[in-house]
Amino acid sequence: MSDIKNAILEYIKNEYLEDEDEDEIDFDTPLISGGIVDSFSMVSLKVFLETSYKIQLPDSKATPDAFDSVNNIYKLLKEFNIQ
Amino acid sequence: MAFQDNIRNILKNELDDIRDSGIFKEERIICTPQSSEVEVEFPAGSGKKNVINMCANNYLGLSSHPDVIESAHKGLDHRGYGLSSVRFICGTQDIHKELEKKLTKFLGTEDTILFPSCMDANAGVFEAILSEEDIMIADRLVHASIVDGMRLCKAQRDTYKHSNMTHLEEKLKLHQGYRLKVIITDGSFSMDGDLAKLDKIVELAEKYGAMVFLDDSHASGFIGKTGRGTQEFCDVVGKIDIITTTLGKALGGASGGCVSGRKEIVELCRQKARPYLFSNTIPPVVVSGAIKVLDIISKTTERRDKLEENTNFWRKSLIEAGFIIKDGETPIVPVMLFNAKLSQDIAKDLYNNGIYAVGFFFPVVPKGQARIRTQLSAAHDIHHLEKALEAFVKAGKKYDILGKSKKEIIEMYGD
Repeated sequence: MSDIKNAILEYIKNEYLEDEDEDEIDFDTPLISGGIVDSFSMVSLKVFLETSYKIQLPDSKATPDAFDSVNNIYKLLKEFNIQ
Repeated sequence: MAFQDNIRNILKNELDDIRDSGIFKEERIICTPQSSEVEVEFPAGSGKKNVINMCANNYLGLSSHPDVIESAHKGLDHRGYGLSSVRFICGTQDIHKELEKKLTKFLGTEDTILFPSCMDANAGVFEAILSEEDIMIADRLVHASIVDGMRLCKAQRDTYKHSNMTHLEEKLKLHQGYRLKVIITDGSFSMDGDLAKLDKIVELAEKYGAMVFLDDSHASGFIGKTGRGTQEFCDVVGKIDIITTTLGKALGGASGGCVSGRKEIVELCRQKARPYLFSNTIPPVVVSGAIKVLDIISKTTERRDKLEENTNFWRKSLIEAGFIIKDGETPIVPVMLFNAKLSQDIAKDLYNNGIYAVGFFFPVVPKGQARIRTQLSAAHDIHHLEKALEAFVKAGKKYDILGKSKKEIIEMYGD
């Protein structure tokens, strides 16, 4: 479980944080509502999840709420039997 | 009655949510032509006030230029008010073709197609040329109209960190298998006033066999030595495959936009771009005005040179006064205040002192990056800028932010 969460967290840090960003993020940090990931760049995260876990996330599932924290994303992956 | 109370309440609640989140937009009524000084009625119903305009996209000061107005009149007299048609049925006049040719020459491309706006050009171009087998890779700070255009297109999407070429290259490597790849960027980014690293982008595009899309709306007419835009500034004229730009900013400021670039891309837009196919042609009066604008700026660089001088004066003066501004070369100069309320309070003080500038905050800009965006024009004279500076300094002293670092301002007001 924590392997998957850690992999997602690591991806988010590399993909969305700039070198000068000082704030630490964890599994509960709000990503979309916290302004770290906007709805447009969320697509990169979707591409990463689909490629890494060989799934297809329909738009109805890839919502800002479902992507709003690493824990939420993990819950979403569990629906696709990824755990 | 179809519009029942419960329907009205749902919509009212949504409006209340917008008000509560602090992003409710109110129009300010201008009672004069667009210029460096305008008469404004704000809030609606209050007395009219003469203010210096520091928030228009009237970069070259051509919006109310007498020669442009005269040419627009001629267009009205000789080609009529409207055409009551889309372009491909009976909405194309000789002057539409003339304007397309002049834009092609000015931008140094192969061909050009007019759209009712650049918003429409961006909404239509991707869907017209790309399919599921293709990928669009966009800078994260591209304009909202590009985001919408990408969403309307079936091609795959990805993004890269703003102006981060290492990240862009990673994405190009990741997506090498796609049929067509397009790197998508603004030329001048409208909220930060910085320019795309277009020379590096072209280099990467050549290395990975990708096309380059450039929205140069905030650059056409004044960036680069002869105003040809970001492509001229970065010395890559002729290497950009798709340029979209607007006639609604520096190029006369009325309306209209275009896709200019490789002839096959332009032709596909004529065949398939829905905003071109299904909305009315640009009215003759606007086309004639825009033709005159291109004639003026093709003859002399006087106006863009004055804009550059104004920009240098304004950037230098703000820094010397102790404000934090975003680095850049463009006439978009964001004065950083970091705190949302502070940006609104200062904008209000400026307005009371005769300066019209707008404060922006999250979600329009990232959290903790609230600012007042100032925009220069060739229509400004130094006395306008001196008066604006005086008002900024007065506000800066009142809120004690002059000479303070980002950290100090955030400590005082929060982010």
